[in-house]
Parts: sequence; structure tokens; C-alpha cells
Amino acid sequence: MADQEVKLTIVERLGRVDRRIIFLVIGLSVLIPLLVHYTTAIPASPIVQDLFDMVENLPAGSKVLLSLDYAPSTAPENQPMATSIARHCFEKGHRIYMISLWATGPRQAMELIDDVITPEFPGKKQGEDWVNLGYKAGGQGLINTLLADFRAMYTTDVNGIGVDALPMMEGIKTLKNFDLIYCIGSGQPGNKEWIQFAGDPGRIPVGGGTTAVMAPQLYPYYPKQTVGLLGGLQGAAEYEAALLARYPKYKDMSRVASEKMGPQVSAHLVIAAFIILGNITFVIERRRRKKS
Amino acid sequence: MDGHSILTSPLAGSIGMWIGGLLTLMIFSFLYRDNPFYKFAEHLFVGVSAAYWMVVGFWSTLVPNLIAQLWPSHMGNLVPSAVGKKPDIWYMIPLVFGILMLMRLSPKANWLSRWAMAFVIGFAAGTNFTRYLQSDFVTQIHSSIEPIYTPGLSAMGTIGDIFSKVIIVGGLLSALIYFYFSKEHKGVFGRAARMGIWVLMAAFGATFGYTVMARISLLTGRMDFIIRWFGSTGRWIGGIFT
Repeated sequence: MADQEVKLTIVERLGRVDRRIIFLVIGLSVLIPLLVHYTTAIPASPIVQDLFDMVENLPAGSKVLLSLDYAPSTAPENQPMATSIARHCFEKGHRIYMISLWATGPRQAMELIDDVITPEFPGKKQGEDWVNLGYKAGGQGLINTLLADFRAMYTTDVNGIGVDALPMMEGIKTLKNFDLIYCIGSGQPGNKEWIQFAGDPGRIPVGGGTTAVMAPQLYPYYPKQTVGLLGGLQGAAEYEAALLARYPKYKDMSRVASEKMGPQVSAHLVIAAFIILGNITFVIERRRRKKS
Repeated sequence: MDGHSILTSPLAGSIGMWIGGLLTLMIFSFLYRDNPFYKFAEHLFVGVSAAYWMVVGFWSTLVPNLIAQLWPSHMGNLVPSAVGKKPDIWYMIPLVFGILMLMRLSPKANWLSRWAMAFVIGFAAGTNFTRYLQSDFVTQIHSSIEPIYTPGLSAMGTIGDIFSKVIIVGGLLSALIYFYFSKEHKGVFGRAARMGIWVLMAAFGATFGYTVMARISLLTGRMDFIIRWFGSTGRWIGGIFT
């Protein structure tokens, strides 16, 4: 009887654990795997593999519109997606047209250029193989306009060079001139608007990646209205896995999303343990109350 | 040294890392309790974000897409593509609407902003209505109701495919029944509505799971940043003493 009372007290204590202890444990569950470089293998799921295959099967020289519709606040999820698609496009000889529906997007494009495009693909030329056209306000209104007349809104690139002077802009009159719209988004405007205002009315293939928060809202568009979708960090890690399987040279290069899946696994286990623990203590306490 | 070189110089990188690191710790301090450091970081973030969007919006949209269209001869040094172009007077219309929108700042003339606002709301409602109807209603119904049998699949593939389609249609109908309140939820109808609750719970569970993944991803990103910050600071201090 005395043992039972002690056990119940422990259960009660567990049920009333300070939230700061929970924060600390979750923090450690993320920090420790980062310090010991713990990672897990994530194979590509069909929704990611379909998008990979789409990029893979486009003929060399295809035009890929890369819309970076996110801010630094979600860069840990979104930036690895941008890295993977840039690597994949240039491996296949595609051309990348970077734009943004978010004012914070051009800064992310600059990071992509400085960290990936310039050091890894020095042979790729600005204006011929890639261009950063920058941000324009308007959201879905902007997409609507671009579908009818791309150059009405994008008269220059971010450096102020007229689009007529850029060789890769030759033949680009509307969104329909692109072979794939690849949106990396984290909210509105983003993936949903690209599907609604460009993909569906223009019958243009739309794919991309999004933050995990947004992913469940976008899965219903697959496979009819979107080619594929990278859902959060896991989606980014899956795309990296598909890229690595096709291009083994990336084995020794930085694969940010895959490297951060270790902390994901450990943190999820800790959160699941806390949820189970919370429910057990709740049930035990409820039984005790009923008895008393 | 141009602006980009200054921003990417090692000194700027170090200063940026220290600012980012300290602000991250200030925000994290809220996990213990609310405090002035957290408040400072929060207010700074809101202010900087608002100013950033305004400045970027002005230089990337208003200057090349409005001012350079109306006064191209004066904008040649800022927008090279404007050189040699003639003024396009049609752009007076968005200019007038833009000025009307700014009238909100005037207590006496703020009623004028309603015209610009009416234009924005009318445009948004019109375009959103048609696109949502097509993409989120008609096409989604079409995507949900598929032929039960897909030729060309293996035996196991066919079983999985049929099971998946039954789940989609059954889940869709039961969730819709749950939201139908013109008939009492009793008997078969009630059981279907109850199944609808389970479908909704599964959807909420999946959404919650994804939200957890998103938050952990962001935490991982910040932790990774702090590790790099401490690492670089440690190397810097080590360099002083050796």
C-alpha cells in the first residue's frame, strides 16, 4: 500500500512537470544529435520521386522558373530544397529563372548563388544559365499578370539589367514559356497560388517544396495539379537522397537536410514519449479522482 | 569595395553572427519567462521586417514598374532599361490609386482611400473566386472520384490502389456528412458522421505531426547556428591566446 502511494506521487509529479524542463529536454534532444552528427537514411517517397523524375526527364536547356517565396525564418526547411533543385537543374543543363513573391526571397536567392551556384558551378553564367529577377509585389495578382505578359512586370533583373539584354530571356513572354514552375514556399502567396493562378489555368507543370506546416494543405493537389511536393525538412532530405542516388558525387558534399534529420528523429521520440507520459498520468489521475 | 563585397566580408560576417546569436538567445529567453531582452528582440524584429518590406517593395516594384514608366528620362541611372523609353501615361491610373490609398493617413481625406480599397477588394474577390472555384472545388472533386480499377498494376498494387481510393471517397463523404446539420446524426447517418469525426481527427493529427516537424526543423536551424557561433568565437579567443 505504501509502495502504491509512492508510485502515485511520482506519477503526479510527472504529470505536473514544469514546462521549462520539457523545453530543456527537447533542446538537448536536438543539440546532442547535432554535436555527434547523428543522421538517418531517408529514401525518396513517390511524391518526391515524381518531382525528381520530372526534372530529370526534361531535355537539357529546359527553362525552370524557381520562385523563392519564403523568408530567413523558414530557411532551415526551405534553403536545402533550393540547394537541391539548383544542383539538379545544372546537372541536367537546365536554365534557372529565380523570382520571388516575397520581399525576403531575393536575399535567399543571393545565398543560393553565393553558397551553391558560384562555387559548385563556376561554368554557369549569369544571364545565360541563371538569372535572379528579384521580387515583385502583388502575390496572385502578379502571377495573373505573368501568365499573360511576363515582361510587363519583370523589366530588369535584380542588378537593373534590362531583360532584353539577357540571352536566356529570349522567348520568354508568358509563364507558359517555362517547362516547369518550381515554387519553394512557406505561406501565402506561395505554392497554392502558383497552382491556382498559373498551373491550372495555364496547364504548366507546377511542383516544389514547402514548410511542413503548409504541406498537409497542399497534398490534395497531388498528383493532378502538382507534379510533386517536398514536405518540410523530410521532403528536402528525400530529394537529396534521390539526387545522391542518381549523382553519387554529392556523397562528399554538404547535404544539409539529411544531416538535420537525426535531431528530427530524436526530438520526435522525446515529444512522443512526453505525449504518452502525459496521457498515462492523466488516465491514472482520473481513476484516482473517481475512486476518491 | 561594393555593397555586396562589404556584406560578404569576414568582418561583416562576424558582426552579423554576433548580432544573430545574441538575438537568438534573447528570443530563447522567453522559454524561461517573459523579460525585457525578449521584448527588445521581438520589437526589433517587427520594426526591421516592416521597414525591410517597405524599402524592398519601393525599389523593386514602385521604382521600375511605376516611376520609371512615367518618368523614364529621370530614372536612367537607377533603371537602365528605362533609357530611351517614352513616358507611358496609362501608368497615371495606378499612381492616382496609390495616392488615394495613402489618403488613409489623413483624418479629413481618408474616405478617398475607399476607392482604391474597393478596387483592390474587387480585383482580389473576382480573381480568387474563379480560381478557387476551379482549382479547389471542381478539380478537387474530379481528383477525389477516380475509377476504382486502374489497369496495368500488379495484384498487390491493385489491392492497395482500390483500398486507397475507397479510403479517400469514404473519408470525403463521411467528413462532409459530419458537417451536414439539417438532418439529425442518428442511425446510419449518425455512424457515418462519427466516422467523419475520426477522419477529421486523423487529418488534425497529421497536421499536428507536420507542425511539430516544422518547429523542430527551425529549432535545429537555430541550434546549428549557435554551435557555429560558439565555434567561431572559441577559435577567435583561442587565436588571441596562442
